[in-house]
Amino acid sequence: MKELIEVRWHGRGGQGAKTAAQFLAEAALDAGKFIQAFPEYGPERAGAPIRTYTRISAKPITLHCGVSNPGYVVVIDPTLATASAVEGLGEEGVLLVNTSESAEAIRRKTGFKKGKVATVDATQISIDTLGAPMPNMPMLGALLKVAPLVELDALYEKIKAKFLKKIGEEKTNANISGIKKAYEEVKVE
Amino acid sequence: MNKVVALTGDQAAAEAMRQIEPDVVAAYPITPQTEIVMNFAQYVADGRVQTEMIPVESEHSAMSACVGAAASGARTMTATSANGLALMWEIVYIAASTRLPIVMPVVNRALSGPINIHCDHSDTMGARDSGWLQVYCENNQEVYENVIMAVKIAEHKDILLPVMVCQDGFITSHAVEGVKPYEDKRVKDFVGEYRIQHSLLDVDRPVTYGPLDLQDYYFEHKRQQAEAVKNSLKVIPHIFAEFKKHFGVEYDFIETYKMDDADIAIIALSSTAGTAKVVVDELRAEGKKAGLLRPRFFRPFPKEMLVQALKGLKAVAIMDRSESFSGRGGPLFAEMRSALLDEADRPLTVNYIYGLGGRDIDTKQIKSVYTDLEKIAAENKVKHLINYLGVRGEK
Repeated sequence: MKELIEVRWHGRGGQGAKTAAQFLAEAALDAGKFIQAFPEYGPERAGAPIRTYTRISAKPITLHCGVSNPGYVVVIDPTLATASAVEGLGEEGVLLVNTSESAEAIRRKTGFKKGKVATVDATQISIDTLGAPMPNMPMLGALLKVAPLVELDALYEKIKAKFLKKIGEEKTNANISGIKKAYEEVKVE
Repeated sequence: MNKVVALTGDQAAAEAMRQIEPDVVAAYPITPQTEIVMNFAQYVADGRVQTEMIPVESEHSAMSACVGAAASGARTMTATSANGLALMWEIVYIAASTRLPIVMPVVNRALSGPINIHCDHSDTMGARDSGWLQVYCENNQEVYENVIMAVKIAEHKDILLPVMVCQDGFITSHAVEGVKPYEDKRVKDFVGEYRIQHSLLDVDRPVTYGPLDLQDYYFEHKRQQAEAVKNSLKVIPHIFAEFKKHFGVEYDFIETYKMDDADIAIIALSSTAGTAKVVVDELRAEGKKAGLLRPRFFRPFPKEMLVQALKGLKAVAIMDRSESFSGRGGPLFAEMRSALLDEADRPLTVNYIYGLGGRDIDTKQIKSVYTDLEKIAAENKVKHLINYLGVRGEK
């Protein structure tokens, strides 16, 4: 693993970009890593575009600035797959998008030519597994396929710890199924 | 051994407050301090603490209630940010001059206007002359530990002054980091039980708090207050030592990072210092003698230690996250320059005002400051004394 991994999440207020960024960080924390997870706050409201961030490192993190050159960009809302989503994302970087479209279409929309593009229809997966369009957890699963930042099992443990009491066993398991499905279905080009 | 848990800076402050379990908390929520009050109110509602929580209608009332509670002998806390601190202003001074050991986490946020909810230090720097002690935290672990330590500092019989524990709004207050809390019992043992020496409610030994104090004695009381703040420089190290003995963690008034053989250095408060450490590491890898000096305490102002840490340096950049409109730089700059003035061997100093209203301060900007310092050191000359870093238009 690179010394410092930086992930930038793009979503809309209410889609769980903050939760996804934090769950990833917490699962890494449990695995003994050093972490940060933070949202970029504006006058946020449901539906407005927001960015959130996860930092994971084997060493203590003292950085307290924004992430300008992420290694991974995760676009939770398909409509946010535009040029601004790939700002600062280098050739070594990976762009992961929730979409029913092809990687080529995403490259056209974002202008991201050289790095890897990963696609998964996380909205459909969440509708199939959870019965609601909540693509944030499936996107976490897809990210772990693209970037083995933590073990899938560690993420499941985190999800159970966070969700069981709050939403019950059935919905927790549905979330886990969604993660598993996205992990299996994500395509990288 | 306690487990490292994921907490925001606000949650870290609330967790410390839960473990301290003050007798009274009177507070009003304001962004970005809200989560502190929200979490603590939850602890009260869940019966996890026996604290009497007073949900007041304004910050002016919050501090007023704190003054009353503290004068009666209750261990008292509140928390605020920016405009909230501004609204309690009148009582902030009264709390300090009445020598009431109130502890107040302050989540630094830009004062309006224009209205802004993000980080800068204009709120607490405005309160630097209020008589409160001020601690500035780099990360969430420090927030947690400083809130605990602040109780001991405030209540020490040779200090008896209120303490603000400052952290950067959103940057740490809303960022999740790994924090290692101590067991409840260890924290409770450390802070101990608070016994006021002169309680307002002790009818057998009646005392007066807050009487009119005119030309006859006001001046003497202010003189004593100044002495108390100055004297805290001697007393606080005992609390650092106690903290180290109890928790095994070392604290001091300042933090030095790779300063021993440094030629150039940045002086910065709070989270910016953490970002600067990354730049120092990069410069050191290039063989450049760069360092970082971080004052943890701004009040009391640890002048001797700061001056000592700068001995032998060629050029120093003092970073201010607030403007004081003096035309002579920010508050940290003014105090550092004043502290260095009597030194025969002193580095050249330059001021950078940065990050107002939450403007991001990244490694590139900090690196540019070190590049400026190299030039200043080489030419032995400061061309631009006051600089604005990361702003549009004229720097």
